[in-house]
Amino acid sequence: MSEVMKDRITDIGPPKYDTMWPDYIKDNYGKWLYHEELEPGVLKHVTETGATVFTVRIAATRLMTTLHIRDLAAIADEFCGGTLRFTTRNNVEFMVADQSKLEPLKARLKADGHLIGGTGAGITNIVHTQGWVHCHTPAIDASGIVKSVMDELAEYFHDKRLPAKVRISLACCLNMCGAVHCSDISILGVHRKPPLIEHDRLLNVCEIPTTIAACPTAAIKPYNFEDEKGEKVKSLQVNADRCMFCGNCYTMCPAMPLADPQGDGVALWVGGKVSNARSMPMFSKLAVPFLPNTPPRWPETVDAIKKMVEVYADGARPYERYGEWIQRIGWETWFKLVGFEFTTHHIDDYRFAMTTWRSSTQFRFTD
Amino acid sequence: MPLTHQTPLLDELEKGPWPSFVKDLKRAANEGNSDTANDLLGQLELSYKQKVGHWKHGGIVGVFGYGGGVIGRYSDSPHMFPAVEHFHTMRVNQPASKFYSTKALRTLCDIWDKHGSKITNMHGSTGDIVFLGCRTEALEPCFADLAKAGFDLGGSGSALRTPSCCVGKARCEWACIDTQDLCYSLTMTYQDEMHRPAWPYKFKFKISGCPNDCVASIARADCSIIGTWRDDIRINQDEIKKYADAGFNIEKHVVGLCPTKCITYEGGTLTIDNKNCTRCMHCINVMPKALRPGTDTGATILLGAKAPILEGAQMGAVVIPFLKLDGSAEEVEDQYRELKDFIEKLWDWWDEEGKNRERVGELIQRLGYRAFLEAVELDPIPQMVKEPRSNPYIFFREEEVEGGWERSVEEYRSRHQA
Repeated sequence: MSEVMKDRITDIGPPKYDTMWPDYIKDNYGKWLYHEELEPGVLKHVTETGATVFTVRIAATRLMTTLHIRDLAAIADEFCGGTLRFTTRNNVEFMVADQSKLEPLKARLKADGHLIGGTGAGITNIVHTQGWVHCHTPAIDASGIVKSVMDELAEYFHDKRLPAKVRISLACCLNMCGAVHCSDISILGVHRKPPLIEHDRLLNVCEIPTTIAACPTAAIKPYNFEDEKGEKVKSLQVNADRCMFCGNCYTMCPAMPLADPQGDGVALWVGGKVSNARSMPMFSKLAVPFLPNTPPRWPETVDAIKKMVEVYADGARPYERYGEWIQRIGWETWFKLVGFEFTTHHIDDYRFAMTTWRSSTQFRFTD
Repeated sequence: MPLTHQTPLLDELEKGPWPSFVKDLKRAANEGNSDTANDLLGQLELSYKQKVGHWKHGGIVGVFGYGGGVIGRYSDSPHMFPAVEHFHTMRVNQPASKFYSTKALRTLCDIWDKHGSKITNMHGSTGDIVFLGCRTEALEPCFADLAKAGFDLGGSGSALRTPSCCVGKARCEWACIDTQDLCYSLTMTYQDEMHRPAWPYKFKFKISGCPNDCVASIARADCSIIGTWRDDIRINQDEIKKYADAGFNIEKHVVGLCPTKCITYEGGTLTIDNKNCTRCMHCINVMPKALRPGTDTGATILLGAKAPILEGAQMGAVVIPFLKLDGSAEEVEDQYRELKDFIEKLWDWWDEEGKNRERVGELIQRLGYRAFLEAVELDPIPQMVKEPRSNPYIFFREEEVEGGWERSVEEYRSRHQA
């Protein structure tokens, strides 16, 4: 055994959750009675015994350096007894038990340039994937689009209210590491050109049967490529008409890249939710099949999302999530309101497509 | 160190009210002397110019004895950006529900400053702390320092992915189950399944304390565990009165929006027909001071959620409507064991029958619910479906049919002319 393996510690798991708690969490664990939102980003939780904890939530970037983490830790040391918390949507929460510390904490966060908000019926942080910062299969960047969209929607984070919360998410390809398929609004990176095939490299880096099997539409078949010496080399061929640009072949086979500056861009989706409140969880549905990839600010995407938020703000009833609102008014009305073109791409042609076709004479005229 | 790349496109992302990752990366490069951050900015600027990514496909790297927890990543332009030639990710298992002592946070920062790029994700989609940008030779020493500090790697590849959960009983009155404790228990029991990928594909546990499902488990967890209750919603009529006195329209916003119309509000008193309540949380969400979940608490277990690749997105489907998860320490341990026994039956079946890269939800679709129920030894119940099938294609089995399937043509023809 090498030096490295000597006294090696493995499989210890994460630190136990309660080792991270301050007294105001430890003492009140499981005793919570209710909470209220004092203002966007500020929550008051009260226990059965009358103890309180105030939480201040701030916007954060998921991509964060240790310098920034140390800054946040310093604030937590000064005000919060040395504890902070990250939320599932990449926000940061600072908690104080003593109400007299609440205003100074807020003042300090604001002085440091942090945005307080992200609770209740507004727009909170966008959950997202890696994009061009780290991923090998992205069709779009992630952090830059999130920044561009949230710059435009920031007032809904810290100030303006909506009928209900609007959850936005982004995934930079169809793999959807962020599971964006159940969000009020989702931003998805899509490819539109079939994979290139590097015939001279394919056999060295890919398994032919697993790559063929990876194609959901059976568009990939074996192909004998004739190399420079006139020798037949095993490779693959793609029936481009059957390609739906999912990128699954590239996941299996590095010799089949799809990414392309013109081919790649953004699709927008609408009306999904995961909460069980009122209606059952819903998938997001296609709103815009394609918008161009336009760094550094993606104006077409930002404008479309802003429009989607504005029509919802005007039209939905209190507590009605985006998808519930569209169910009530009908998709035909929604397309009319939002002004997006309805195209053949909006009509499902994958498996079980017919379950989404309208089998009823009930609909609204929108002309 | 000074920034060595011109980044006019990325500089645009320093403007505006939302926090800027570009500012933060520049600071790490400048003030933090991270040459990785500097070259990351350079490569990202190139991607912004060319509208494509610049990371190579794959790369198998890791720490000794583990098959996961590290995602290999290499730049395809190392001649221009040598400091991101290796840009591997380490997934570090987060403490359940992401509370951190500042001491622990600084320890993590110290370790990452010493071995890596100073760049992280807090947190990745699965829930891990993500150390972004590690060189191959730094993986093992970084892992050793993490282990000494009490941290371990999370899951990746065809393994159990790092379980995650909502804030739970630590700071939420609606948590019907102890999400953090269950998350920790599953994580500790299945360290081997997390660190040594041995399955057809990935498997995710996500645990939410109530049907609001703040970790989106129903959308993305192969096994979604969602807290619920089976007795009555607790009502505080005094607080109901206060909501009404404050001008809150209970009839419109509560009674009118109840999906099963099981709430009545008459003479200032709110009544719930709990037998018909489907525990959607709406009334509790909007009147948190007056209404609370019941006290006979446990979890609904749903299986099969996943994102679209391959066969299309699926949401979790109810398999166990109610598993009691509350009681004394020993009772809870037994309840956890019951859950784990179920999960292990599921894994055995999936391991045996699953095709390469087939998630549990897809296997259940391919082989049918009946095969699945037999494998996990559960009986069918109406809670498993929204509605019974509407097509007539029932796969009756021979043993269900009187007289079996063996018949004689001669005997048939003796009664029917051809």
